[in-house]
Amino acid sequence: MDIRRIFSHAEEIFHEFGPPPTIPLRRGAAVAVIRNPYAGRFVANIAPLMDELKPLGLELAHRLLAALKSEPKDIQGYGKAAIVGAAGELEHGALWHAPGGYAMREVLGWKGEATAAVSGQPGNALAIVPSTKKVGAPGTTIDVPLTHINASYVRSHLDAIEVRVPGAPAADEVVYILAMSCGPRIHERLGGLRAEHIDKWDGQK
Amino acid sequence: MLAAIRKLVVQVDEIRIEMGRVVEPATRRALAMAVIANPFAGRYSDDLEPLSAIGEELGQLLGAKCVAALGIQPEQAQSYGKAAIVGEGGELEHAAAILHPRLGATLRREVSSGAALVPSSKKMGGLGTAIDVPLGHKDAAFVRSHFDAIEARISDAPRANEIVVAIAVTDSGRPLARVGGLQAQEIIGKDGLR
Repeated sequence: MDIRRIFSHAEEIFHEFGPPPTIPLRRGAAVAVIRNPYAGRFVANIAPLMDELKPLGLELAHRLLAALKSEPKDIQGYGKAAIVGAAGELEHGALWHAPGGYAMREVLGWKGEATAAVSGQPGNALAIVPSTKKVGAPGTTIDVPLTHINASYVRSHLDAIEVRVPGAPAADEVVYILAMSCGPRIHERLGGLRAEHIDKWDGQK
Repeated sequence: MLAAIRKLVVQVDEIRIEMGRVVEPATRRALAMAVIANPFAGRYSDDLEPLSAIGEELGQLLGAKCVAALGIQPEQAQSYGKAAIVGEGGELEHAAAILHPRLGATLRREVSSGAALVPSSKKMGGLGTAIDVPLGHKDAAFVRSHFDAIEARISDAPRANEIVVAIAVTDSGRPLARVGGLQAQEIIGKDGLR
């Protein structure tokens, strides 16, 4: 697999015109621009690329932690996305679901499906990794959804981060993205399920 | 801090393959941006010195963020550039006041030297406005392999009363640079040009 470019983006948000919290919110994304081996033609069996993408998922997860100056325990929200260049198809973006999502969950402390629905907290990163995908031109923006890593319904952590790589994807490229946040929205105040009240540990509530 | 900073963004762009060819070592460009309140939004002021003081502060802060993001020693930095986007409540001269009088001196300290002009761009803009930050070799402006630019953009800034200030630092020139001119290894690095 040809990795053409690696791009990282880290934000520190101090306030959004409300009272600044004591700890600024950190969030960001790590991005790989790869050559799309299936560009320009229909290839029926594209699934093998998923295995090849696994090491890339791990590399991006570690890069993102470094860019955020964070350890796995600091990460509270996550998401993933893909932008496929014009000579590819949306399905090429879907290749990222398993290798991107599972790699990031593994790095953040996921212990595997076998532990799901166990009473108490069976590891971390229990929630599905929310995602978006699109076909786009170089410099296309994509909004990567973010949700709490242990329970998708935690309202304070429902968020999104915009990602854009100037110049990518070219027609024969795919942009694969992992995103993480170290906290809730900067001035979250809309109630709902709180992170400290997660009790089902089923990835949702 | 003199600057009222709402948000900081740091990006690193690493190019490993260009036109199918491996770039060895990979080129790396860092971009650090601050979203700050514009103290002069909505009013005319003859004296813009407070913005120059903010520029001095941001030259240090954003320069250091770039060098840290690249994971290099200051002397390993090769090129630099700066830019500002002023929200619609301000005026273009506010960008000039931040960028030109004092920002360069503190930025140069963060990259250990810098005989050359820090190339710059500026514009008025709204949320998500992109600006191309010019890049030039820090010790000799004529080094052709290091003429470049990197795009800076923050999706939710600048608001009308804000300014986005961007600094870019690299540890490399363009990938596959091959159009001749003055080479980095040929420079004297004293007069800022060659």
